[in-house]
Amino acid sequence: MRPRLRRHVLPGFGLSLGFTLSYVCLLILIPLTGVVLRARSITWPEFVASVTSERALAAFGLSLGAAVVAAVVNGVFGLLVAWVLVRYRFPGRRLIDACVDLPFALPTSVAGIALTTVYSPAGWLGQQLAPLGIQVAFTRLGVIVALTFIGLPFVVRAVQPVLEDLDREIEDAAASLGATRWQTFRHVLLPSILPALLTGVTLAFARALGEYGSVVFISGNLPFRTEVITLLIVARLEQFDYAGATAMASMMLGVSFLILLTINLLQAWSRRRGALA
Amino acid sequence: MMAGTDRRTESRVVRWTLTAVALAFLLCFLFVPLAVVFMQAFAEGVRAYWMALVEPMSLAALRLTALAALVAVPANTLFGLAAAWAIARFDFPGRGLLITLIDLPFAISPVVSGLVFVLMFGAQGLLGPWLIAHDIKIVFAVPGILLATMFVTVPFVARELIPVMQEQGSEEEQAALALGASGWQMFRRVTLPNIRWALLYGVVLLNARAIGEFGAVSMVSGHIRGQTNTAALHVEILYNEYNFAAAFAVASVLALMALATLAAKSIVGRRITQ
Repeated sequence: MRPRLRRHVLPGFGLSLGFTLSYVCLLILIPLTGVVLRARSITWPEFVASVTSERALAAFGLSLGAAVVAAVVNGVFGLLVAWVLVRYRFPGRRLIDACVDLPFALPTSVAGIALTTVYSPAGWLGQQLAPLGIQVAFTRLGVIVALTFIGLPFVVRAVQPVLEDLDREIEDAAASLGATRWQTFRHVLLPSILPALLTGVTLAFARALGEYGSVVFISGNLPFRTEVITLLIVARLEQFDYAGATAMASMMLGVSFLILLTINLLQAWSRRRGALA
Repeated sequence: MMAGTDRRTESRVVRWTLTAVALAFLLCFLFVPLAVVFMQAFAEGVRAYWMALVEPMSLAALRLTALAALVAVPANTLFGLAAAWAIARFDFPGRGLLITLIDLPFAISPVVSGLVFVLMFGAQGLLGPWLIAHDIKIVFAVPGILLATMFVTVPFVARELIPVMQEQGSEEEQAALALGASGWQMFRRVTLPNIRWALLYGVVLLNARAIGEFGAVSMVSGHIRGQTNTAALHVEILYNEYNFAAAFAVASVLALMALATLAAKSIVGRRITQ
């Protein structure tokens, strides 16, 4: 007897799939189609004009640049935090581990006003930086700080499980063959965690690119200087420039799809790595 | 081999340095900002803190936030269960595409998510003229806030359940059916107990996002105090009015809920790995 034959005995396929599809259509698909339809009513020159206006280009540039810097900072420090949490034992480790997810759980407006207060020239950390001539709040550096905060958990949570599953015997083998600790890390450990690290960095970048709440307070929102793309979309909508807002939003949607594709490819890569190991 | 030349682990100095740098990073980016929320909230004393919270506009904002969570959490929990059952238990064409569609709200900027509903239901939107003719308000009213909250929280439960259910397989469920259980009995007695921790984990995350969503809700809210102002939005209004103590007082309530979320997440997460 082949047990496979009994697969379709499970009930509820029509009901669960029907409900799922209607829900996805009503809440996700139809509203998104609405944007595409709205974008089609904008003429091509209009679209190009609003997406390539000087202010839009400056905002796109800042968003991309700051998101890349924040993602790289998180790549370095996220890997370090994951390493320390997995490999070393110190008091309060589990509490700190739980707190890494704070940026996921804290409303972004709360994060925004807290970061602004901390890094303003009179704030706890801003005070320390001011004598060094470093101003964080209301500058581009402030944008990077907010985007780093918001992307912090992605890299840690992507790398942590891979570090936990690593076979210590490979490291021992490298050491017994005469590799220094740094060589072991560079040539043995890093290649195994690289797919997960890149996935985490990409996720952090994607989140940073579309972030709004935590940036709006600390950036100061100066057009051409500290205005990120999401702020500009909000500004356009507030001026009832629906065409401009839609044009930029559809650009953002396109970028989101590209990032989603990249993440899927990265995850397929890390699965292959895992299968080989 | 002498301890000093042990190459299988880092020297004590390296270990301490790495730990110190990692903790300093977390201090600057996590712990100091979190501490500041509570310090600022009580900057003008306990009485001012309490008055800022029980003030009618703050209470209305907290009520609206609770309403958004009360709608989005059950709706997306039910959706997550149905989607996970269909995706993890059956094979059908387009399954991969459906998973991508469900994950889509995570990939889209909150601002764009909110704008989507403005372009659909706003006065200038596709359905705008029809809605105005029938005197139905969705955007810049409570229904818009509920819709935006539901949109951004769609994936949470489904994406926790699908991998867990795929890994468990359906043998136990098929055995229950073979022993004469009805579909509902099988779900209640076999499926639900097997996935309860993953389900709870997803619900905890879903609830946190529903309470804290800012960008998407900000786009559809219209910021009418006492009517379309959630707690996360109220924080912004108070802060922009330079009413810092009150802003941080409301923020501290949201921060406490975030800390409760982290505690619940960590406890439930440990149950899943056991």
